[in-house]
Amino acid sequence: MSKLSDLAGQHGLERVGKRPKFGRYLKDVVARGAFALTLAQYRLLVTSARSRLGVAWLIVVPALQITLYGLIFGFILGDTRPDNFLPYLVVGVVLFQFLAGSFSDGARSITSNASLAKSLSFPRVLLPLSAMVAQWIKFAALMVLALIALPLLGEMPRWSWLMIIPVIGLASLFALGIGMIAARLTVHFNDLSTLIPFITRIAFYASGVFFSVEKLTAALPALSFLTWANPVSVYLSLARDVMISGHPAPDYLWLVGAGWGVVTLLVGFFFFWSAEERYGRAG
Amino acid sequence: MAVQVRDGKPVVIVDNAKVTYRVYASGKAVNENDSTSRVKRQGNLRTVEAVKGVSMIAYEGDVIGVIGTNGSGKTSLMKAISGLTPLDGGKVFATSRPSFLGVGAAMLKELSGEKNIILGGLAMGFSRNEIRQKLDQIVEFSGLKDFIELPMRTYSAGMTERLKFSIAASREHDILIIDEALAVGDSKFRKRSEARMKELAKNAGCVFLVSHSLKSILDTCNRAIWLDNGELKMDGGAYEVCKAYADEVGADLDD
Repeated sequence: MSKLSDLAGQHGLERVGKRPKFGRYLKDVVARGAFALTLAQYRLLVTSARSRLGVAWLIVVPALQITLYGLIFGFILGDTRPDNFLPYLVVGVVLFQFLAGSFSDGARSITSNASLAKSLSFPRVLLPLSAMVAQWIKFAALMVLALIALPLLGEMPRWSWLMIIPVIGLASLFALGIGMIAARLTVHFNDLSTLIPFITRIAFYASGVFFSVEKLTAALPALSFLTWANPVSVYLSLARDVMISGHPAPDYLWLVGAGWGVVTLLVGFFFFWSAEERYGRAG
Repeated sequence: MAVQVRDGKPVVIVDNAKVTYRVYASGKAVNENDSTSRVKRQGNLRTVEAVKGVSMIAYEGDVIGVIGTNGSGKTSLMKAISGLTPLDGGKVFATSRPSFLGVGAAMLKELSGEKNIILGGLAMGFSRNEIRQKLDQIVEFSGLKDFIELPMRTYSAGMTERLKFSIAASREHDILIIDEALAVGDSKFRKRSEARMKELAKNAGCVFLVSHSLKSILDTCNRAIWLDNGELKMDGGAYEVCKAYADEVGADLDD
């Protein structure tokens, strides 16, 4: 300890920039929640203000994707495609968009707000949180698409559709955790932002968005761990269970989904928080 | 140089603070083996020692002018004191978190001035209601009423800085760091911001003012520090330090 540090101690001065204790940090986050909400809202406004169709793109792009995948995979997969294929695909694409968007926007959340982070001090975790809020708003748009498309494809509205809310709740815990981890990693290695579309693609092909993981594991029992070891496909299965017919999910998947969600969120939050002092230098 | 300790209550203590930037850049240095250069080369990696071990104590009631040539480490030191830039060595202690009224960093350029006021206010810790109440006052102060609905990307540099100063100055701060704010805007706005600054300084425990205008430092500060090449060259009364600086760089005390 140097003389100056002693003097600081005598007069009760605290080290600046010191990461607040966990409880205090959480309290700060809650107190500035309005900032995260407003930032998410404004960011969406900015993206939609730049184009003619604006917010409508949030629905148009996934609709085009579903049409395209429906044509391509419907043709390629032939008889091996999942039963009730189009509704299967609609739910798969909607949920996957939500998870992939949380991951990529979460990853960018610190670097793309670097100017805010450099000029103002606030708990940095508000930035990935705000990215999550923006995803919820986007998900609401995706749900509008699903609610129109499913009845057209022969899936009549039913009460179990409400159960999509807890599914999204669990998926959000996971998405938020992944977003926080990606946010910190992108600060350390900016190159990661280049890899993100690639990682998202891998997840797309590995998670049964357009094929049935159940069918695959029935044919190859050695791969049966895939049904629970890949959290993305867990949330996809749960969503299909409550939204469409012919694809019930075993009850234990709810527990698996909750487990993945809680663990990822806790790990992600802790991982993010432990580098809190570093984020001022991002970007 | 040795740290001057005097009577009074310390508000900010800077203990051997070091800030180093690591930047990837290619190209050849003009002078390959210049050992006095602050930029160290290692392949494509350049390490820039922006602040090389500065120590000082700021006491309650101090209004400290920070002077030095461009690139002397003024802003890096101030950002380190405010905790926005992490230190690479040493420590900074303070009674409460210093607020940095910088004019360098941008906000969300695509958004209107009004929305930036709301966002900035929320980030500073105002509640939604508080910021709504203060909105008119902030707009009024900035003098940008006619442009407040336009996206900030359409603002001139001067207008952007006026808005940012107006947002930041809407709150009371215990320890306040003002970076070049007085150079912002036209003479009318400068008068208004000087008055507001003095008001803030009166209520604050301590103020740091970074400026190239020796006159405004002599007008507002009781003390000054002179940074040169990332090191603290002089620390003392505002007049002494400004005089020595003016003599060395050939500046005018009335500027």
